[in-house]
Amino acid sequence: MSAPAPHKVRVTREHARELLRQMILVRRFEEACVEQYGAQKIRGFLHLYIGEEANAVGVMQALTPEDAVVATYREHGHALIRGIPATAVMAEMFGKAAGCSRGRGGSMHLFDASRRFYGGNAIVGGGLPLAVGLALADKLRGLARVTCCIFGEGAAAEGEFHESLNLAALWKLPVLFVCENNRYAMGTAIERSESVPDIRRHAEVYGIASETVDGMNVVDVEVAARRAAEAVRAGEGPRFLENHTYRFRAHSMFDPDLYRDKAEVETWKKRGPIVRFSQWVLETGTLHQADIDAIEAETAQTIADAVAFAEAAPPEPVEDLLRDVYAPRPAAPEPPAP
Amino acid sequence: MPALGADMEAGTLVEWLKRPGERIARGDPVAVVETQKGAIEIESFQPGVLAEIRVDVGRRVPVGEVLALIRGEDEAAAPARAAARPMAPPALPGVRISPAARRLAEAEGIDVAALHPGADGNIGLAEVEAARAARPFAPAPTARTPAERGLDLVAMRQAIAAAMARSQREIPHYFVGSTLELSTLLAWLEHVNAARPPAARLLYLVPLLKAMARALAAVPELNGHFVDGRFVRAEAVHIGVAVALRGGGLIAPAIHGVDRLDLDALMAKLDDLVLRVRGGRLRGSELADPTITVSNLGERTADALLPVIYPPQVAIVGCGQIAPRPWAVDGALAVRPAMTITVAGDHRVSDGRSAARFLARVGELLQAPEAL
Amino acid sequence: MSATRRITYREAVREALREALLRDPRVFLMGEDVGRYGGAYACSSGLLAEFGEERIRDTPLSESAFVGAGIGAAIGGMRPIVEVMTINFSLLALDQIVNNAATLRHMSGGQIAVPVVIRMATGAGRQLAAQHSHSLECWYAHVPGIRAVAPATIADARGMLWTALQEPNPVVIFEHATLYSDEGEVPAGGEFAVDIDRAAIRRAGADLSLITYGGSLKKALAAAETLAGERIDCEVIDLRTLRPLDEETLLASVRRTHRALIVDEGWRSGSLAGEIAARIAEQAFFDLDAPVRRVCSAEVPIPYPRHLEEAATPQVDTIVAAARGLMRR
Repeated sequence: MSAPAPHKVRVTREHARELLRQMILVRRFEEACVEQYGAQKIRGFLHLYIGEEANAVGVMQALTPEDAVVATYREHGHALIRGIPATAVMAEMFGKAAGCSRGRGGSMHLFDASRRFYGGNAIVGGGLPLAVGLALADKLRGLARVTCCIFGEGAAAEGEFHESLNLAALWKLPVLFVCENNRYAMGTAIERSESVPDIRRHAEVYGIASETVDGMNVVDVEVAARRAAEAVRAGEGPRFLENHTYRFRAHSMFDPDLYRDKAEVETWKKRGPIVRFSQWVLETGTLHQADIDAIEAETAQTIADAVAFAEAAPPEPVEDLLRDVYAPRPAAPEPPAP
Repeated sequence: MPALGADMEAGTLVEWLKRPGERIARGDPVAVVETQKGAIEIESFQPGVLAEIRVDVGRRVPVGEVLALIRGEDEAAAPARAAARPMAPPALPGVRISPAARRLAEAEGIDVAALHPGADGNIGLAEVEAARAARPFAPAPTARTPAERGLDLVAMRQAIAAAMARSQREIPHYFVGSTLELSTLLAWLEHVNAARPPAARLLYLVPLLKAMARALAAVPELNGHFVDGRFVRAEAVHIGVAVALRGGGLIAPAIHGVDRLDLDALMAKLDDLVLRVRGGRLRGSELADPTITVSNLGERTADALLPVIYPPQVAIVGCGQIAPRPWAVDGALAVRPAMTITVAGDHRVSDGRSAARFLARVGELLQAPEAL
Repeated sequence: MSATRRITYREAVREALREALLRDPRVFLMGEDVGRYGGAYACSSGLLAEFGEERIRDTPLSESAFVGAGIGAAIGGMRPIVEVMTINFSLLALDQIVNNAATLRHMSGGQIAVPVVIRMATGAGRQLAAQHSHSLECWYAHVPGIRAVAPATIADARGMLWTALQEPNPVVIFEHATLYSDEGEVPAGGEFAVDIDRAAIRRAGADLSLITYGGSLKKALAAAETLAGERIDCEVIDLRTLRPLDEETLLASVRRTHRALIVDEGWRSGSLAGEIAARIAEQAFFDLDAPVRRVCSAEVPIPYPRHLEEAATPQVDTIVAAARGLMRR
């Protein structure tokens, strides 16, 4: 196991503490989700990010509040790190109107327009064209903003992936494509679905500068993301990151996880982003065990508050069922004469 | 409360025609009930004595509820029976009614069971509107005197127009007329009526209708209905008698079985019909099932008319006024009372020859009125 | 009546596009061959020269990406007009329209508006065979969150676009491909915008309601003319908006005439005509004097030969025959 590459970025004590806090927040939040799922407070699909936290945490460091994020259905971590309060995310999972999508979306559809967090998209590949459009709007409006589009390696087999990469490159749009390659599209291993499993090479074909990143190493991810985001922001067109990562849990709560070797999972767990970064900060003396204990305590309180908030939030009245399908329009012209 | 239609759920009792203690014969009307289809008389199927009235006038009563008790002739006061058993709803095999037509019929109190389908075999708005034309009074939701019952002349005119337009569109009419010398008939009537009180006197229409009913036996192709593209001959002779209403409008309720009634019975039926027309208490079947219609202009009107067949009937007879006419008698000119009768026939069913035979036969029969 | 002038449907669409580009700097047009080529139906010819490549954007043949990009750009503050060359190709963008445009507002709890306008040509009638003759408007009209409109007249082609652009919801505009060369009246000047809420009674009548939209309107009007000669007085209703349906106008007409004949170029099974018939049955059953009838496309991929294409799609004579049947003649 190699240490992160501190020479590429100066990891201060404060920053190290923040990176660790964010990863632990995501981890503990999702563990609480599993518990609430068992208690039937959270229903439907629940896709856990456990094991992949370094990717969301690392990439989000590179984004400003003006940038946009388009994520997938495995987006709890991205939403939390983007700044959506744990209370609003948990309430959303509970289907309460106090949720960040008024409870209408649930786990797979977390939104926060004020933070330019555009989902929460549950059709594999479907978020890419959307991200291209957001970037097109920025370009047309002359805004130096980045649209960060996160998706899994399964999306690379979709036509929308190729159409979107082509269009973004053709029009030099400010999109940061981040492929979180966790090696399994649900139960299908990448070797069984991709003729060229090296995903970044697909981006290269469209003339998009790309990079392969250790997605289990939060500092590596941050460094790569900052480099790519700066290029995008500078008007150099899209960039592409392929982060190698692994989910420790099954695809969703409905998944018996029969397609992976237990030993493989155990091997990856040893490279777990939190274990590894904790070890590093302790070994280097950047942080002390007391710091980590404090993070854990603080996080536990945050999660408890989030669950209590979601629990207490009132359910939305059924009378409101049809709201938010159409927005009202300014006064329309008169109907045509017969 | 008997069910007077498949869709009837309740009726409002508007009048008791019998009082407790009164004797009731089988078939006597006992009460009047207002339904969605108009005021209907309830007959008793049990002879006996009206023992007890259980429902007050003005109350709305669900079908199946006991209205009154009738004690049998030979019974003690005890075991009682309902005044009227619920009747089975009219069956409508194969006839389909459009929702709009059904609703209009209900609103207007028209009995859909008695309507004749249109050319496609279904009952639509056109058929109900035609029936409405034949029915002068709007349905009364609560008990009202006949004078209070509204007469929708506009609707009636529309319905007459619809029926006549359909007739002109669908029926290839022919017309055959004859002028009949009626001195024998009138002399006989004068003789018969001289011995009677005014209320029992016969109108000339009575022997005329009877003669026509008998004449139809020789020309059955004029008596019946044209339905589903073919003629259906009627066994009985139900003559629709067209009555012009004061204030406009026309109605032609049927007198049933005219061929089998003697003249006095026919006169009574005619009186009853006129009375009930004025009272708005016609029975649905009377409005819907004439097998032929007679339109009589009456006295001091006009000499002749060319009538229009009322579908689905296949003939109509128009009678002009009886007036003194120059008449050849034994090679010399005389003045005799005469009437011009015109038959309109449906060429899909018969030819002018049928009408000519009919008229000749009526003329013959009227020469021997005492035999009618 | 104010002054009018006569232009083609194509010119009406072009004028509407140009007006939108001039009036609102957020508007841009994007689609296959909308720029250099001038539009597959020449609706955007001349616009590239006037507005430049930033605002008249030729796209690669990638319907999902450029329709999705239109949706994204709308979320990002623009007012994109996306032209999908034909409804047949829009199937490649169904994911973006149905899974994104239609749902984002609701899924986000009302936070995200998608004010995108997607135009597409639709329909048969030009011997283009099965893959270029679809009338799948009802697929889009099926989906809550989308507004679907079908300008059937020149004035609507001229006026609906601007209204659609004011809409904070995604609007799909269906232009029947046989209409582009038709001529009609539009106002000489002033405001062209028309509402996209109400159906229009294109001809008043008492005997039966002929309900249709888009490319079938002119056939329905021609049929009504023929039927008038037989003293059958048709009321012709142009739906204009396929979603949400203007039930009020439809039902009021059927309640007056007691008979409904729906003409829809879509296939009968699962058609918009079926939806309308169901609503009439649900809400005007007791006003009906005859069963609702439909003239739809035959259940066959649209064939290439002219006589078979005509036999497969609603025609004036089939509409006339159905109307006669409805009148029991």
